[in-house]
Amino acid sequence: MATSSAALPKAPVTESAGEPSERKPRRFGPSWFLVSPSVALLLLWMLVPLSMTVYFSVIRYNLLYPGENDFVGLENFHYFLTDAGFMPGIVNTLILVGSVLLISVVLGVLISALLEAADFAGRGIVRVMLVSPFFIMPTVSALVWKNLIYHPVSGILAAVWKFFGAQPVGWLAQHPLASIVIIVSWQWLPFAILILMTAMQSLDQEQKEAARLDGAGPIAIFWHLTLPHLARPIAVVVMIETIFLLSVFAEIFTTTSGGPGYASTNLAYLIYNQALLQFDVGMASAGGLIAVVIANIAAIILVRMLGKNLTEKY
Amino acid sequence: MLTLKQSRRLNTLVVGLFAWAIALLLFFPIFWMLLTSLKTEIDAFATPPQLIFTPTLENYLQIQDRSGYFKYAWNSVTISFGATALGMLIAIPAAYSMAFYETKRTKGTLLWMLSTKMLPPVGVLVPIYLLAKQFGMLDSRAVLIIIYTLINLPILVWMIYTYFKDIPRDILEAARMDGATLMQEMVRVLLPISKGGLASTMLLSLILCWNEAFWSLNLTSSNAAPLTALIASYSSPEGLFWAKLSAVSTLACAPILIFGWISQKQLVRGLSFGAVK
Repeated sequence: MATSSAALPKAPVTESAGEPSERKPRRFGPSWFLVSPSVALLLLWMLVPLSMTVYFSVIRYNLLYPGENDFVGLENFHYFLTDAGFMPGIVNTLILVGSVLLISVVLGVLISALLEAADFAGRGIVRVMLVSPFFIMPTVSALVWKNLIYHPVSGILAAVWKFFGAQPVGWLAQHPLASIVIIVSWQWLPFAILILMTAMQSLDQEQKEAARLDGAGPIAIFWHLTLPHLARPIAVVVMIETIFLLSVFAEIFTTTSGGPGYASTNLAYLIYNQALLQFDVGMASAGGLIAVVIANIAAIILVRMLGKNLTEKY
Repeated sequence: MLTLKQSRRLNTLVVGLFAWAIALLLFFPIFWMLLTSLKTEIDAFATPPQLIFTPTLENYLQIQDRSGYFKYAWNSVTISFGATALGMLIAIPAAYSMAFYETKRTKGTLLWMLSTKMLPPVGVLVPIYLLAKQFGMLDSRAVLIIIYTLINLPILVWMIYTYFKDIPRDILEAARMDGATLMQEMVRVLLPISKGGLASTMLLSLILCWNEAFWSLNLTSSNAAPLTALIASYSSPEGLFWAKLSAVSTLACAPILIFGWISQKQLVRGLSFGAVK
């Protein structure tokens, strides 16, 4: 700052003239030193491990062969991208994120609209029951589904299938990815309901009443009034869920361990597998960077979509 | 023909039936877990699954002997509360200055903080694991406290920021006129006004820490393992004790479930970064 103002003596003048409304901070203004711990810590949290990941990704580094840390260029990336698990990992990640988003947003909108449609008996209890799965820890939901519901002999679904005279299905063995999508949707649909239900309660009732008096049917009201009102909360749901869904781990770890084969391996699980089961730090780091790139692409799209939405209110 | 009143009533009935059916369906796994926790192991494994049985508390009584439940629960408690306290300590000043001394960089900083949440944990798994190993912090509660503080910090700052934004500036300015120092202003004026908002922020942080399962599974093995890791250990083939798994799970989830029920409304605000109130 000092050098630039010396070189361009006019710059500071225009700068301060450009913001006359800025509040004068008292004494030194606490602003800087109160924010800096948070910023510094988050910066550290981003930069240190990330630069280590970058470094590891271009050297040979396997914990089983210590000392052989030569520079290998992009070899790790090459191995990771051509690994048998890479394509399934990417595809499964996209399927998982996409289908859970679709299920939770569509059903979330419909269910919260249903709850607003009439004041029926026990609405409070219904609300509590609907949002409950969101508060269950991931390892518990995975194991409860795996053992008590999906189990091909003693699970609930097996009993239902037998009741209708059908052959029970080995859900996690035969349809591993679909089964995991259901478990994860079960956890995140309640989140969508929680957010959308609250948003819907702030919808102007008079507007709705006016539309009704003008002869709009319930579907027209839903389409032209409720849905536009929900645009912002839906965007929030999509953003938050994407962040968490890109890194689904515990549900796969405790149910299928990514198998059979790579049938239910997502990117997060694949990298974990490379790093902590095969001890190939170099390759896992290359994979980690690819995951970061993918998350950043998603983040750029989402923040463009929502960033303004989030801050403009304040 | 139905009268208007009758058709309204019919409408309510149909909507209610649908809503109850969906709610029961979604809640069923939790209900079934609770039920299984009250069965004997033999009943738990019976085909077809039994709805009527002689309930027993035996599983709950055996949890401590079989799996050392309290050690894990205590780890969960200390890690969650530690990370929450630390996070609040760092987040409150940041939110205070961003809410009351807004500069042209504030919005950018807030969005940047949010963007750090986009960093997938697998992207830094390897270095964090190796760093923890290097410093002898693998399988320690400290490492989880530090990581949970950092991953939840953006959410805490955002949530507290939106609560502080609702406070009229005049109150703080009045305190300042009376000669309150920065510290007095925060502790004597700001905290009492916003204690409801701060409490729900803490609750959200506790819930997120309690349920976190990526770092706890990867960085702990026995000493510092919280409940998420204890439950994951039941996934091994020899761990086919469904009734005990259900009992442990019920105990592990009950406090968070109750917290969640109590604070639904406030959680929405935090989880949506203040966009939905």
